[in-house]
Amino acid sequence: MGESREITLRVNGREVRGTAEPRMTLADFLRDRLRLTGTHLGCEHGVCGACTVLMDRRSVRSCLLFAVQAENRELTTVEGLAPSEEELHPIQQAFSEKHGLQCGFCTPGFLMAVHELLSEKPDPAEDEIRQYLSGNLCRCTGYQNIVAAVQLAAERTRGAAVPHD
Amino acid sequence: MKPARFEYVAPECLEEVVPSLQRFGDEAKVLAGGQSLVPLMAFRLATPTALVDLGHVEELRYVTEGDVLAIGAMTTHRAIEHNEIIRGRCPMLTEAMAHVGHVAIRNRGTVAGSMAHADPAAEWPTLAMALDAEVDVIGGEGSRTIQAKDLFLSYLTTSLEPDEVISEVRLRMPPRGSGTAFLELSRRHGDFGLVGVACALTPSDGKIEMARLALMGVGSVPIRAAGAESLLVGRHPSDELLEDVAAAANEAIEPSSDVHGSEHFRRSVATVLVKRAIEAAWKRAGEGDVSG
Repeated sequence: MGESREITLRVNGREVRGTAEPRMTLADFLRDRLRLTGTHLGCEHGVCGACTVLMDRRSVRSCLLFAVQAENRELTTVEGLAPSEEELHPIQQAFSEKHGLQCGFCTPGFLMAVHELLSEKPDPAEDEIRQYLSGNLCRCTGYQNIVAAVQLAAERTRGAAVPHD
Repeated sequence: MKPARFEYVAPECLEEVVPSLQRFGDEAKVLAGGQSLVPLMAFRLATPTALVDLGHVEELRYVTEGDVLAIGAMTTHRAIEHNEIIRGRCPMLTEAMAHVGHVAIRNRGTVAGSMAHADPAAEWPTLAMALDAEVDVIGGEGSRTIQAKDLFLSYLTTSLEPDEVISEVRLRMPPRGSGTAFLELSRRHGDFGLVGVACALTPSDGKIEMARLALMGVGSVPIRAAGAESLLVGRHPSDELLEDVAAAANEAIEPSSDVHGSEHFRRSVATVLVKRAIEAAWKRAGEGDVSG
């Protein structure tokens, strides 16, 4: 029952294939089959946000999707943010400069959520940032530096941001 | 835990959906957004033998605005949240969407999924009760239409048969000139609400001609406070009237105590939110502030 099947999807701009039983979550598929371990497992029931990735440019909980549901879809994970080995994405750079992370466990989820936030709102007010990111939990930072990082990233990417559909 | 094994079927069109469910007798569950179902499967509180994924049935994703708002079953909360026509006509819906989980949840979670899940602490069942909603359902015995009050039987329990699927949700928009508001209290933004209130008021000559009041998180199903509504009709809202209305709403509700709040606390919150919702709806109707 529920035998493994082959799944084809696009991840970070490249077509990839892997096998999974229907019950394998997208999060586990990314980590175990594609070895993209930047996506983290926190609560595995949708409340912490550590597993957040972008599917068709929208943030989703990869722990609440089965890999089979991602067939033929376009995914972006944290590994797809930096433009090269030498350069960070502006959001990553801002998190680094503003100390928006300590242990880093929640960080990939935050980065993906922030990417969507800035695509939709290139100039977010502080309370908009806090509301938008309320689905991502951090145990280390107390959020203050995360907010500062988002503000810095917004400043730097404004004008270059692609409007969300 | 990881979910238990299941068969997975993804029909490509609406006609294939019911036959797909019937293949598995009573043992299959519909997978819509998965934002309520998959957590239950991760805890193994739900262990369906098969999932019928509606994700490829594009004909279920649509919104038809008008005096009756028709929403295709697979429309996401986020699509409703971003719909500017709905924001203009019935802002209570837009306000409520901001309380549904978090952005990532709203990107996948669906209107019909929330209705079929029937959590009395969820926004859609409460909105459905406030706006006399009805749902179209397809199943092994054919299609039928169910009124919201006949759909929600109890906590997480609807009158849907195992082989039935909601295809459309219809909500009656309040007449033009009405004011609507949705208020919810939760401990943190995006948490399940402790108590919520949906209110729609239609003014006529400075008095309330029509009132709709539904409460969330105060019983095993969302509660239409009909007694409270009838106190409002024909009257001009005042602080004194609002006291009586809040008291009447409290008569109608049966909140339970749990770790998030006691019955007493939920009743206190309901009192405050009912008054605030009426004030907000009245203001939105262009009638100004509620007088003393």
